[in-house]
Amino acid sequence: MSGVARSGRVRVFLPQGLRPFAGGAATVEWEQGEAPLADVLAALWERHPALRDRLFSEDGRWRPHVRVFVGTEDVRWSGDLATRVPAGAEITIVPAVSGG
Amino acid sequence: MPNDRIPKLGRGQVALFVGTAKGLFVLRARADRASWDVGGPLFAGEQVPALALDPRDRRLYVASQSWHWGTTIRTSDDLGATWSDPASSVLKFPEDTALAMQQVWQIQPGRPSEPGVVYAGVAPAALFRSADRGVSWELVRGLHDHPHRERWMPGFGGLCLHTIVPDPVRPERMTVAISAAGVYRTDDGGATWHARNRGVRAEFLPDKHPEFGQCVHKIVQHPRRPDTLFLQTHWGLYRSDDGGDTWRDIARGVPSDFGFCMAIHPHDPDVVYIVPLESDGYRCTPEGRLRVYRTRDGGGKWEALREGLPQENAHETVLRDAMCTDALNPAGVYFGTRSGKVFASADGGAGWTCIVDGLPQVLCMRAAYLGDPSRAAVGPAARAARPASRTRRTPVARKRAAAAPRRKASRA
Repeated sequence: MSGVARSGRVRVFLPQGLRPFAGGAATVEWEQGEAPLADVLAALWERHPALRDRLFSEDGRWRPHVRVFVGTEDVRWSGDLATRVPAGAEITIVPAVSGG
Repeated sequence: MPNDRIPKLGRGQVALFVGTAKGLFVLRARADRASWDVGGPLFAGEQVPALALDPRDRRLYVASQSWHWGTTIRTSDDLGATWSDPASSVLKFPEDTALAMQQVWQIQPGRPSEPGVVYAGVAPAALFRSADRGVSWELVRGLHDHPHRERWMPGFGGLCLHTIVPDPVRPERMTVAISAAGVYRTDDGGATWHARNRGVRAEFLPDKHPEFGQCVHKIVQHPRRPDTLFLQTHWGLYRSDDGGDTWRDIARGVPSDFGFCMAIHPHDPDVVYIVPLESDGYRCTPEGRLRVYRTRDGGGKWEALREGLPQENAHETVLRDAMCTDALNPAGVYFGTRSGKVFASADGGAGWTCIVDGLPQVLCMRAAYLGDPSRAAVGPAARAARPASRTRRTPVARKRAAAAPRRKASRA
């Protein structure tokens, strides 16, 4: 299954611009059973609280130029925060190809 | 780790911090301001719409805004050599407001009597206060809860609080400017605020003299004469001598009363600088001529300053926070354009030099002399003793310039 590693460790890949908010880390990983994306992100905030404000504005909405993939699926089309994240999945956060 | 992207700044030098649409640039000169080193960008790719160098403790504050990841307040205690952890300062709206930060428009250090206090004006229009040198920020509720708020209309740049003027004498008084809501003032430390727009026309509204709704662009005040304020609006130049209670028109002898920026002379409260723009849709310098206008009598009359400024094909725009002064005598006056040029005058505006050309769009600027201005060597004798003026670059800037030679340093 695409994007699912063999171990039970979820891995979150961070783009360059987010690494300063995660102590410089390019990847964050931890043991995680299958869970909705909202729970996985909550676990990510516990490890790196500053990331939350970079992905969401304070009114609780995704920042408009952020894309998040579970495996190769863009979560906008797979249930957003309710997207099921399998154990051992890879989550990739990318800046949308936008800007001026 | 200190970076080599910007020139190392030290005592006896003039620092010019330039916030652009694509990062922070730092320029350096000796007190004679005859030649400049150019470094940057820091925070490349991020917009820098607001910055401040706190004269009380020399902490540098920079608001940088990523297209993707939002706004970050960064601080430096060594003039930009090293920077705070970007995760350490959080400027955001409280949850109950249901608002989201769009942009920081101005960072304003507090008064000498309130160490550690810093203010930030933002969009959507609000004022924030930090009591711990920018680590944590609190929404000023008195203004946020103002009954006018729901009827404030955004200007072209959004609904933003862009100018903060703490009264230097009365710690309970502060004046702010909001586009397009007008001038508001508190006299009780921020608990209550009152519109202060009497005499300011709103040409674009059916009622030309509403209580609020004026599109105000910039207010300046001299610390020696705090009751006198000068105001540049969307179609209007005004002066108040009662702290903003009433305003009178001073737009005589200017090619246009529309403009964004305004700066006051550091030593003379009657000297004010503006850059008039052709309005309303064009918003560039009239007739393709770049002219700074200066009054030396508090708005009685204005004179065009053009020596060293391009007088043909110069369709420039200077944004509201992209003009500043230093504290030297004669005073340095500086401004940056949307086309990425930075101009400097080392003699109070009489003559100008383009000290760098080709930066990204200039959004804000701050200048500071690092030392005792009264002991600085600024005069023509000091200038004559130097080699011919030129603009230099830091090693990284030189490499970048070689790779993409688009920034042309010029000297008029």
